Parts: sequence; C-alpha cells; structure tokens
Amino acid sequence: MTRETLLQARNLQVHRGGVQVLEVPVLDLRAGEVLALMGPNGAGKSTLLLALAGLLPHSAGELRFRGTLLQSRGHREAFRRRMTMVFQDPLLLDATVAQNIALGLKLRGIAAAERNSRVRDWAKRLGLGELLDRSARHLSGGEAQRTALARAFVLHPEILFLDEPFSSVDTQTREGLLDDLGHILAETGTTAVIATHDQGEAARLAHRLAVMQEGRIVQLGGLREVINHPEHPFVATFVGMETLLKGQVVSSREGLISLRLRKDSGDREVVALGEAQPGRMVLVGVRPEHVALSLQIDNTSSARNVFLGAVTKVIPRGPFFKIELDCGFFLAAYVTAQSMSELGLEPGRAVVASFKATSVHLIRKEGLDPEL
Amino acid sequence: MDLIWEGLRKALELLLALDPEVLRITLLSLKVSGIATLLSVVLGLGLAILVALNDFPGKRLVIALLNTGMGIPPVVVGLFVTVMLWRYGPLGFLGILYTPSAIILAQLVIATPIIAGLGLAALQHLQPGLRLQILSLGATRAQMVWLLLREARLPLLAAVMAGFGGVISEVGASIMVGGNIKGSTRVLTTATVMETSRGNFDVAFALSFILLALAFSVNALLTHLQQRSGHR
Repeated sequence: MTRETLLQARNLQVHRGGVQVLEVPVLDLRAGEVLALMGPNGAGKSTLLLALAGLLPHSAGELRFRGTLLQSRGHREAFRRRMTMVFQDPLLLDATVAQNIALGLKLRGIAAAERNSRVRDWAKRLGLGELLDRSARHLSGGEAQRTALARAFVLHPEILFLDEPFSSVDTQTREGLLDDLGHILAETGTTAVIATHDQGEAARLAHRLAVMQEGRIVQLGGLREVINHPEHPFVATFVGMETLLKGQVVSSREGLISLRLRKDSGDREVVALGEAQPGRMVLVGVRPEHVALSLQIDNTSSARNVFLGAVTKVIPRGPFFKIELDCGFFLAAYVTAQSMSELGLEPGRAVVASFKATSVHLIRKEGLDPEL
Repeated sequence: MDLIWEGLRKALELLLALDPEVLRITLLSLKVSGIATLLSVVLGLGLAILVALNDFPGKRLVIALLNTGMGIPPVVVGLFVTVMLWRYGPLGFLGILYTPSAIILAQLVIATPIIAGLGLAALQHLQPGLRLQILSLGATRAQMVWLLLREARLPLLAAVMAGFGGVISEVGASIMVGGNIKGSTRVLTTATVMETSRGNFDVAFALSFILLALAFSVNALLTHLQQRSGHR
C-alpha cells in the first residue's frame, strides 16, 4: 500500500551568510511514518528540520504540504497550524503547566471547555495530571519535556517535528520519555520527523532513517537497511560498523565472495556472502557485536572467517567492553564483562576472533577510490 | 539645622493646605512625564521589538547607539529640541516652544532610548529558540510578539520604571524648552530650582517631597504589578 505523501521537498537549499548549509534534492515524508535524521553535530539535522517545518526560509527549491506549495506567508502560517515542533529545551512559558499545554489551542481560538478537556486528557496521558497547576518554573527536566510533548500532542498535529528532544535529560528520564513517545506515536499514528545523534533513539522510534553529513543526506532508507547495509563509509562508521577494511574481490562463486584485504590491511582473506565482480575494490565492514572471541579455535563453529590476533586495547562501553585487536588488520569486538574476565582479556593477550560470512558487509559504491 | 526643620515644617503646611499653585505644578509634572513615558513605551518597545526580532546589517551599531542614548544628558536634549523648535528651526512651524508639548517632546527623546535599550536587553535575554517554539505552536506574528512581551514582562516593567524615573526627575531639558513659565510650563523640578535660587527653601522642600512621593508611588504601583505577575 502506498501511503499519501504529506510533505515533499525538492532541491531544498538553505544558505546562511552566503554559505550553503543545506542541500536536499529529494525528500518525501509519507503519512504515518516516523523518519529519523541522524548525524553528528553540525551535520544539518536541525537546519533540515526547521526548513521542513517552514520555520527557516529556504533560499532555493520547493516545499509542498499535501500538494500545496508553501510559498506565501499565508500558506506557511496555515501550515504552522497543522504541524508542531518539540525542541531540545522544553521552552515553556512562565505560566502553569496547564496554561503551557493549552497555549497552541488558545492561539487557534479553541473554546475554553474543549481546551480544558483536551489539556486534561493529554496531561494525564503523559503523567502530568497532578502537576497541572504547578508553575513551569518548578518542574524537573523530565517533567518540563513531558509538558512540551503534551503541548505538542494536544494539537493533534499532522506532522510532529522533534529536534533532539531528549538530549538534555538524564538517562533514566530519557528511557521513560522514549517509551511514552514511542507508544503515543504508534497509537496516534502521528507522522513525525525526529533529529537525533543517538542510534538507539532512532532504532526505537523510526521506520526510516536518513544519515546526514555536512548539510546533505548521505543515505536514506528503512531503519534496518541503513544500519545493516550502509552504502557509504561515513554511514558505516556512524551506525557502528567499527571495522572497515580495504579489500579486493578475488573470486565470486556459489554465493560466496572471497576477498583479499589490502597489504596495509594485513593481506588476509575474508569470505563474504553474495556476488561481486573479481578485481573490484570494496570496503569490508564488520560490526563489533558480530565478532566472537575465544581462546582456542572452535572446530564446531560455522564461522568462515577465523583469525589469530592479539588484544591491543580494552575500552569500557557501559554494560559491555569494546576490544580492539590486531589480527594483521584492525578488528573490533564487543564482549560482556563476564566474557572479559573468563577470557582474561587485556592488552597483549592472544585470542581467536571469528565472524560469519553473513556478518561481512561490503560497501561497493560506484566511484569508490581504488586508493582509499 | 534650623533652616531644614523650618523648611520641613512649612513644607508640610503647604502640602496640608493643598496650595493651588503647588497642586497645579504637581499635576502638570505628572501629566507631562506620564504622556512622555507612554509615548516612549510605544516608540521604545516598538524599536526594541524590531531590533530584537530582525537581523540586519548594522544591528550591533544600532544597539550601541541605543545604549549610548540611554545616558544622553538632558541638557543636550534640551539644546537640540530648542534649536529644532526655534521659530526659524526645522520644526518651528509647530509653534510649541515654551509650551508643555515641548517638554513632552524633550522627555520623549530622553525616555525612548532608555525604554528601547532596556527593553531590547529584556527581549534578547529570553530563552533562545522561544520565538520559533511559539511560531511552531501556530502563532501569527502578532501573537508571537505579544507572547514574547508577556514573557519578558518583569524586565520590561523595570524598563518603563527607569524611563519614567528619568523624565520625572530631569530638569535641564524642561527648563530649556519649557521656560519655567508660571501657570504654563512650570513643573516640579523647574520650580524647585527656581525657589532654591530665591532662597525659598520651605517651598523648595515641599516641591521636593512631592516629587519624591510621586516618583515613589508610581514606581510602587509598577513594582506591585511586576511582582504580582512574578509570583503565581
């Protein structure tokens, strides 16, 4: 089923101080989908979000909402009443929680009776039922951001824009907010665009993912597709494919590709799934969670890629550890704290690293520099 | 010390007797400075909003000029307005020199930069992004400006108080463009200067007390408004 396109951007460009800071040739937002914009700071996520919301004038290109070109001020103002935005800071007015949630409804001239019942509903839904009369000045960070979410959802927006909405709250609060936002988005079927630099947030909320770099969308696709099949070295690194090696296709038969890593990458052979033209230069990517470590070669394992290596670095990463290895080439693996102590992992320790052919991802974008 | 006590006693007598001349001077002061402040609020806040919400080349220069204007000496304003209103000056055709209107004009020139400068600081001090947030909730431009002003109400009222305080207490410009004409342009400050120079300390004291009381009550009223809206 193809869904209606709500928002359509074509050749959208934004300039700031004479410098182009955003260029998006094509972007369609479909009804009911949640699109995540990911990228490092300064990649242009907020700029794209503001431009799509009509809050930042674009210097070239066009933006259509339900087919109507948003060009005149009147069109933009009408559009502003059908969408809304939640920012990183809650940006509440110096008034009570109830007055804050009611703000957008009041601006639209909704009668007090309807306003109050909708405000109460949404306050309750976001766990603010007891706080309606409290001054917004006396809220915790999480409560303030909940108020901002209630203020947005109470408007029944056709599109909800979220700009790093949980970046300034603590981890625990963020978990609760993410859960609630996820449920509400699913229940209401609200179309949303969320800018985030956190892959976990994107994975929990989004259907589609756009990875941005320097004001452009580098890759856009389904969530799993982008995370598991990055088409670009930058995207691969950004979505957590920590091992990226240069290699050349040696042979390709019966659905198995044999690759030789370049000399400066260790001159080893790696096996991947799929087909490729022999002689072709590729980037070989392996996610650290797909690499298994052991002390001896396990003959019962189905992993086709087995290498002897030495631990070079142990980096704590919250509940698990990232282990960097020298197998003649760089390889990163994730292990739990328990495995770490069982294997006695520390710099200099010799280990066996293995990963399946299915875990090897090839980036063979056209024009990949052979010297890369 | 006797001089002071005697002055205080006589001042009290004048006040209690509701001396018609003193009353007239007081009301004129209040009227002239009140109107000048009101007009300055419109002009000054308008200017502050324009500068705060728009980016344009030379914005920093405009802000620097406004801030300089906040400290402009009233005598300089007096001289400038006098020249403008002089019979053959650019605004001479108005024929308002040595009338209360001239004082209002001079005080307008004094208070506007104060209210604009402090008002601009108040608006620029709001949370960055608040303007976009309000717009994204569906506000028209006018609704957005109104909400921003309301959000900055505490410092904005302080700006209004500073403006009123500046003009009710200034004497240089009022004497130059008004002329301290009895029954016409004599206000509290100019009358105080005159009575003091004549050695009529009792009258001067009485006028000074009224001036102080006036400045205090107006500011007390504004402070009340400010603090009431601050604690909800």
